[in-house]
Amino acid sequence: MIEITGLNKTFQTANGPLEVLRDINLTIEDGEIFGIIGLSGAGKSTLVRCINQLERPTTGSVVIDGKDMTKLSDRELLEERRSIGMIFQSFNLLEQRNVLKNVCFPMEISGIGKKEAEKRAMELLDMVKLSDRAKSYPSQLSGGQKQRVAIARAMATRPRYLLCDEATSALDTATTQSILDILREINEKTGVTVIVITHEMKVIDQICDRVAVLDRSRIVEIGEVSKVFTNPQSDIAKELILPQAKGIDIIDEGERIRIVFNGEDSSRPVISNLVLECRVPVNILFADTKVLDGKVYGHMLLQLPDRDRQAERVRNYLDSIGIDYTRED
Amino acid sequence: MFSEMLRRLWENGILQLGIWETIYMTFISTAFAYAIGLPLGVLLEVTDKDGIAPKPGLNKVVGIIVNAFRSIPFLILMVAMLPTAKFIVGTSLGNKAMIVTLVIAAAPYVARMVESSLKEVDRGVIEAAQSMGATVMDIIWKVLLPEAKPSLLINAVISTVTILGYSAMAGTIGGGGLGQIAITYGYQRYNNDIIWVCVILTILIVQVIQEVGTKIAHRVDKRNL
Repeated sequence: MIEITGLNKTFQTANGPLEVLRDINLTIEDGEIFGIIGLSGAGKSTLVRCINQLERPTTGSVVIDGKDMTKLSDRELLEERRSIGMIFQSFNLLEQRNVLKNVCFPMEISGIGKKEAEKRAMELLDMVKLSDRAKSYPSQLSGGQKQRVAIARAMATRPRYLLCDEATSALDTATTQSILDILREINEKTGVTVIVITHEMKVIDQICDRVAVLDRSRIVEIGEVSKVFTNPQSDIAKELILPQAKGIDIIDEGERIRIVFNGEDSSRPVISNLVLECRVPVNILFADTKVLDGKVYGHMLLQLPDRDRQAERVRNYLDSIGIDYTRED
Repeated sequence: MFSEMLRRLWENGILQLGIWETIYMTFISTAFAYAIGLPLGVLLEVTDKDGIAPKPGLNKVVGIIVNAFRSIPFLILMVAMLPTAKFIVGTSLGNKAMIVTLVIAAAPYVARMVESSLKEVDRGVIEAAQSMGATVMDIIWKVLLPEAKPSLLINAVISTVTILGYSAMAGTIGGGGLGQIAITYGYQRYNNDIIWVCVILTILIVQVIQEVGTKIAHRVDKRNL
C-alpha cells in the first residue's frame, strides 16, 4: 500500500519558487490499477517520481508498505527502489545493449547471477511475446516493442509496484491497446500494483480501477473510474472526460434534452424503444457513451420534435423507465 | 628532383625511424592521456550540478585546474613541464620526456572531450537506471561509459590527431619524430623538400588514424544496425 500524506513539492527556479504539487493526499491499495490524469504541466510526472524518490518532496510523506520513503538513507532507498518498477514515455532502453541484456540490467544491479538473470529474462520476454527478439538491439524495434521490453525489464526484479509515466503517449492507438492489455494481464497474473500517469482518458477508461484528477498542482477529484466518469465534478475532469461536449452549435428548432446513462444495462436499446413507444422521431445531436463491465455510462443530446405534446411524451417515457435527463437551452 | 639530404635520410633509415617515433609517441601519449583524462572527465560529468552525484565545490575546483592547463599554449606548457618530466622519467630530453609533457598537456583536453561525450547520454536512460536502484558506480560503468562508447571513440580519434600535432612541436625542444626531422634537416638546412615530405607523411598518418577510428566507432554503435 502506498500512502501519500500532505505532500508538497516546490522547485527553485531562476524566476523564483515554482509550486508543482500542493497538499497531495492519496492512498493506493495493493493490487489495484490506479490512474493519475491531468493536463501537461499539472504535476503528474513529478508526483509519480515522488513515489520512488527520483524527486524528493519538499514536505510530506510517502509511506510504502509501512516505510517512509522520504526518511530512508541513500542505501536503503536504492534497495527499496528495486521493488518499484518504472516505465517511461520514451522507453529509455540502453541503446548499446541487446534486448536480453536490457532485461538483465536491473538484475545485474541487484547482484543476481548471470545464468539465473538470463533465464528469468527469457521468461519475461516470453510474457511480453518478444522472446524471438532477444538478440535484437533497441534500434531494430518498433515503439510498441520497445515498450514491451521496458515492461519486461521493469518486472525483472519482481517489483510490488509498477509506475507507468505516460507509457503509451508516444504510441499509436492499436499499439497503446496492446500495451494496456499487457499491463492488465501482468496486474492480474502477478498482483503488482500499477500506477498509471496519463493525459489520455481512454487509458484510464481501459485499465484503471480508480483515478485521481490532478489540476494545477492539486488533486481535484478522486474515486472509482466509473463514478468519476459518469459524474465528473471538477471543471478539469469534465474537460478531460467530455471534451467534445462543449461548443455544440444549435442546429434547429425544437427542444433539446440531455439524457444521462448512469450504469444501465448496456443490452437495453433505450433510444430504439423510445422511438417505438412514443412514435416520435428524435435526432441524436451528440453522444458519448462508454460500456464498462456491461453497463453503459455517458450522455447523449437529443433533439425532440417541435410539437409540445410529442416532447412531453418522450419525457414521460424517460421518467417511466428511470433514465435521467436535463433540458438544455 | 629530391635533395641529396633526403636520399641520405631515407637510406640511413632516419626518415623511417621518424615515422615510427611519431606513431609511437602519439599512441603512447594518447593512452596515458586517457588514463588520466577519462577518470577526470567522468568526475567532471558526475559531479556537475545536473550530474548523478552533484558536488559543485569539487566540480568547480577540477574545472578550474583543467581550464588552466588548457589555456596555456602547448609550447610554453611543454617547456614548463620539462622539470616534471625529469622528475618522472629521469631526463628532460628525448622521447620519454616528450611523452610526459604530451600527456600533461593532453589529459585536460581529453577530460573535456570525455565529459562532452558523456553529456550526450540520454537523461531518461540514466533516470531509468536510477529508478531500478542503480548506484553511482553502476551508472558510470553500466550506463554512461557503454552508452557513450561510440562518441568516446570518435573523440578519441580527434584527441589522437591533436596529440600527433603536439608531438611534431615536441621536435623543437628535443623530441624525435617527423617534426624534429622537418625542423632539423629541412627548415634549418634549407631543404624544403624534406619539410614537404614530412608534411605529407604526417597527413597520411592522420588520414589512416581518422579513417580506421571512424570505421571502428561506427561499427560498435548498435544504433546503426
